[in-house]
Amino acid sequence: MKTLFFPFTPQGIALLSFLLVVAFTIVGALIAVLARNIFHNVLGLALSLFGVAGLFVYLNSPFVALMEILIYVGAICIAICFAIMLSQPLYLPGAPRNPLKIQGAALGAGAVFVFLALLTKKTRWVPAAERSTDWSITTIGHYLLTNYVLIFELISLLLLVAMLGAIANARGGRGRS
Amino acid sequence: MLVFNQLETYLYLALILFAIGLYGVLARRNLIAVLISVELILNAAMLNFMAFNRFLAPHPAVGQIIALFIMAVAAAEASIALSIIIAVYRKLKAINVEQATELRG
Repeated sequence: MKTLFFPFTPQGIALLSFLLVVAFTIVGALIAVLARNIFHNVLGLALSLFGVAGLFVYLNSPFVALMEILIYVGAICIAICFAIMLSQPLYLPGAPRNPLKIQGAALGAGAVFVFLALLTKKTRWVPAAERSTDWSITTIGHYLLTNYVLIFELISLLLLVAMLGAIANARGGRGRS
Repeated sequence: MLVFNQLETYLYLALILFAIGLYGVLARRNLIAVLISVELILNAAMLNFMAFNRFLAPHPAVGQIIALFIMAVAAAEASIALSIIIAVYRKLKAINVEQATELRG
């Protein structure tokens, strides 16, 4: 093993792909916020969500990573694309940006960032005394239908209501049309 | 200790995502861009939950379940927000928050 160059050891490959995933996440988020074209924003959001899914794989939860890709990239980004197509045409020039507002927003977000970073640095994170090592998806299913069944059903109701509300909103009120 | 086996790495990453999303919410005027930034903030929260779940929590299934719930609520929120954006565009012919006004003056 000594003859292997560092990036080709298992740890080196894991580290490199972790850095790649982190780059996806941050660059995608920056594109999603900074690009002028709204369609580029959505593509940046999709890139960032792929990165977050990769981070979930590193956090030992491939099931949540797949759900992230399925729901966020597959459903929400596509829905946003439809909303873009149905609203303002892309060829219209956007209003010029107000530099004062941009500076204020950067200042506010920067202040929150510094405060939370100092908080994260100062806190001592203590793991739970006894930690289970049961990472299987079966356990998640058991929990969903025993301890958390009320929230599970509530969420299904919430999705139904949201769907009906979206239809009623988008076709212009509840009247006959 | 590798960098991806530390809790702080993920917390700082979630913090960066949150700050970028907050900047987007404050600075952008296109309603769809604001919605995209809100999605980034929700993802930062979800990343925090998953990181605590991986490194601190007593049972690892609970954090994953909460992340799934966050995803479902985010999907509901996105569908409602997009339908409202389309309704606003149809009524006011603008989705820029500074141009979509009814009052004159």
